[in-house]
Amino acid sequence: MDYIEPHAHMISRTTDDYRQMALMGCVALSEPAFWAGWDRKSADSFEDYFGQLTEFEPARAAQFGIKHYTWLCLNPKEGENRELAREVLKRIPKYLDRPNVLGIGEIGLNRNTLRELETFKDHVSLALEHDKMILIHTPHLEDKYKGTKLIIKALLSFRNLDPRRVMIDHAEEHTIEMIRDNGFRCGLTLYPNTKVSLERAADIIEMHGAEGIYVNSACDWGISTPIAVPQFVLEMRRRRHDEGTIRKVVYENPIAFFAQSPKFHIQRAEAVPATRTEELVHAD
Amino acid sequence: MKDLSSTCPMELTRIVDEYFSENRHRLIELAAFLDRLDRAYDGQSPTQDFRVAALREAIPVLLSPGSQRVKRIQLLLSDPTDEPREDLDRKAAYGAYIGARGSL
Repeated sequence: MDYIEPHAHMISRTTDDYRQMALMGCVALSEPAFWAGWDRKSADSFEDYFGQLTEFEPARAAQFGIKHYTWLCLNPKEGENRELAREVLKRIPKYLDRPNVLGIGEIGLNRNTLRELETFKDHVSLALEHDKMILIHTPHLEDKYKGTKLIIKALLSFRNLDPRRVMIDHAEEHTIEMIRDNGFRCGLTLYPNTKVSLERAADIIEMHGAEGIYVNSACDWGISTPIAVPQFVLEMRRRRHDEGTIRKVVYENPIAFFAQSPKFHIQRAEAVPATRTEELVHAD
Repeated sequence: MKDLSSTCPMELTRIVDEYFSENRHRLIELAAFLDRLDRAYDGQSPTQDFRVAALREAIPVLLSPGSQRVKRIQLLLSDPTDEPREDLDRKAAYGAYIGARGSL
């Protein structure tokens, strides 16, 4: 089954992973900006990162016919550093017109601090100023419930924000209702231990329906898999869900959300000429 | 909470057939974890750690009446407060809210 991977940190994955995803039916993916595992020391580091997200990764993906899209931000784990955040935010606009940039993300909260919240609001303002969509990270574990509440309260304070253009990701059983009741789109993340299992994602679809929900792997440098979405397809088939419902979650719903950006096109990426590919992605 | 019964497309016996073994495994793993805590060489009480205390609070929810056990356990492990933290204490979450449960 063709599918879309809405949330994958491919910068930390191998080219073999792109190949495996293509073999499993991935036709497009979106890669939000995230934490490198360590705090970057300057805005220059972010510019290098944004260059990688808008030039190198699309070329790696295109080798396998996968369209690569991205979202730019300073991520919530670095949001505490207000000075750095302000400098990075100044530099983001010059990348927003690049062909694979869908919007601002993944922004949100980490430990639900006052400074993280201010950095989050600054990103929302930037997105609205440039008429961009927003992809939101909700916090981990014991911080998720409170963080999701704080995020939604902050979003609702922006009068000109259309909730249909905002994806609130990493939802779980205790946060999904507040996200959907306020009109936002909802992501379930199939990630070991700290987020949702394949079985619980299927449970959530059964309990809450498939409207406005997509699933993603959020694969990154942690223990995670880039093929969690096709594994979810198998779990749904194991329960005898119809193919139409499965396709809605893994293909149609991501398209419905992403296609609000005029840059999003679903047809497979054109193969990059070999010489250009080697120039961009030759590893050794 | 809204009524979510009868929303799984499998009949009960099929759900058991499909999922019993893996959940038997999880139950035994949990028991092994609790035993391992008791065997810690320093002999400390496991419930001194707020994470273990929270886990033990959550276990009875598994057999309590009513549905949505996942949601109830998640809320039991969550920070119930509303105001943002003044300052960052650490980068990573613990997995349970410390509240009045003691310390690490």
